[in-house]
Amino acid sequence: MCLGIPMKLIRVEDGDRGLVEVDGMQKTVSLALLEERPEGAYVLVHAGYALQLVDEEEAEKTLKLLREFAELKEKMGPEDPA
Amino acid sequence: MKHISEYRDGKLSVPIVESMRRRLDGRQVTFMEVCGTHTMSIYRYGLKWMLPENVNLLSGPGCPVCVTGNEYIDRAVALAKLDDVILTTFGDMMRVPGSSSSLERERAAGHDVRVVYSTLEALDLARENPGKEVVFLGVGFETTVPTIAASILVAMAEGLKNFTVASANKTVPEALAAIATGELRLNGFLGPAHVSTIIGAEPYSFLPRDHGLAVVIAGFEPLDVLHSIDMLCAQVAEDRPEVELQYARIAKAEGNPKAREITAKVFEPCNANWRGIGVIPGSGLALREEFADFDAERKFPHLEVEPLREHAGCICGDILQGLAQPEDCKLFGGACTPESPVGACMVSSEGTCAAHFKYGSSGGHRGD
Repeated sequence: MCLGIPMKLIRVEDGDRGLVEVDGMQKTVSLALLEERPEGAYVLVHAGYALQLVDEEEAEKTLKLLREFAELKEKMGPEDPA
Repeated sequence: MKHISEYRDGKLSVPIVESMRRRLDGRQVTFMEVCGTHTMSIYRYGLKWMLPENVNLLSGPGCPVCVTGNEYIDRAVALAKLDDVILTTFGDMMRVPGSSSSLERERAAGHDVRVVYSTLEALDLARENPGKEVVFLGVGFETTVPTIAASILVAMAEGLKNFTVASANKTVPEALAAIATGELRLNGFLGPAHVSTIIGAEPYSFLPRDHGLAVVIAGFEPLDVLHSIDMLCAQVAEDRPEVELQYARIAKAEGNPKAREITAKVFEPCNANWRGIGVIPGSGLALREEFADFDAERKFPHLEVEPLREHAGCICGDILQGLAQPEDCKLFGGACTPESPVGACMVSSEGTCAAHFKYGSSGGHRGD
């Protein structure tokens, strides 16, 4: 029910609408729930509405944290599963 | 897909699970994933069976279709039977059994029931069919409710007289309060991802403060879920319950104030009945008086609704509260399957029983 897909905002159009793109597919969604609508940014789309902007900086931070798990493992060596 | 595929890198899952093991050092913990989309991700990627044996994960009440009571389905069925009504709904509601019928059955009987992806489509139907009443079934949490509220504001601005919403919308924090004060002993919650994009972090703050529970607002991708469980383990190990954001790339601490404002303009809190849990005060959203013209409850006050009948043997209610598992139900996999569901948890693709049926229970270690 609460599924949402990050899509790139290609163009802001009249009437609170915006053209978004994901994997080469384009569609028109409502931007009525967004305060800011920077073209080129990724937006989370749910049920035909953009709900939130994707924060690229935070995304990078999370990915860095995830990669650190692998680095930490290399440093500590394999763990005895018991 | 950018912002999705990066969080599906299987290589990274093992070190995250090892981190949980180190942090807990043998301590037993139980967490609940609140949201049905998490449940689906956990089953689909087999995450439950990857976790250390001392981490127990329970599914919660976070599927709006699953927690919608029979009485609402019966009303929807009664609306579908009206000659001048086009009933519009998200697809998940079609097969949910009411007391004796379902929307799918009513459509097969020739009534005009249409699945829409968005309230925008329901508005289009209302514009194209001025001689018909278009009713939208509003069954959602905070994620979906702003899209429903926005459609009502559009209908009002355009003077659309034939568009109404039957609201069974609900809010998540009140349900978590009911679970936190119930009989289940939990260490923390995986907080819902997209509900939180709207409501932010503050509405969960009572959980650590009043109940000592850890909360991590978690993304839906498999590495998001594992990372969030590791963050929950860290909170428990360090005895510092708080609300943390793992899904910070989309769910911000402040949420989406504009969406909340639109919701609050159209809806006000009311008591709501949650399947199996009962009435939770203030957990529902009803249309405000000034939007009465767009309220299906008020526009169709004299529906012929059949007498309420619950399904004997179905334990959806306990499953939605984490008190029972699908295998505990005598109907599971026999009388109740995705093809012929008895309870809502088997109908919705995000229901615990449907996920369990589809992905199996091999390797499960849920304390039994």
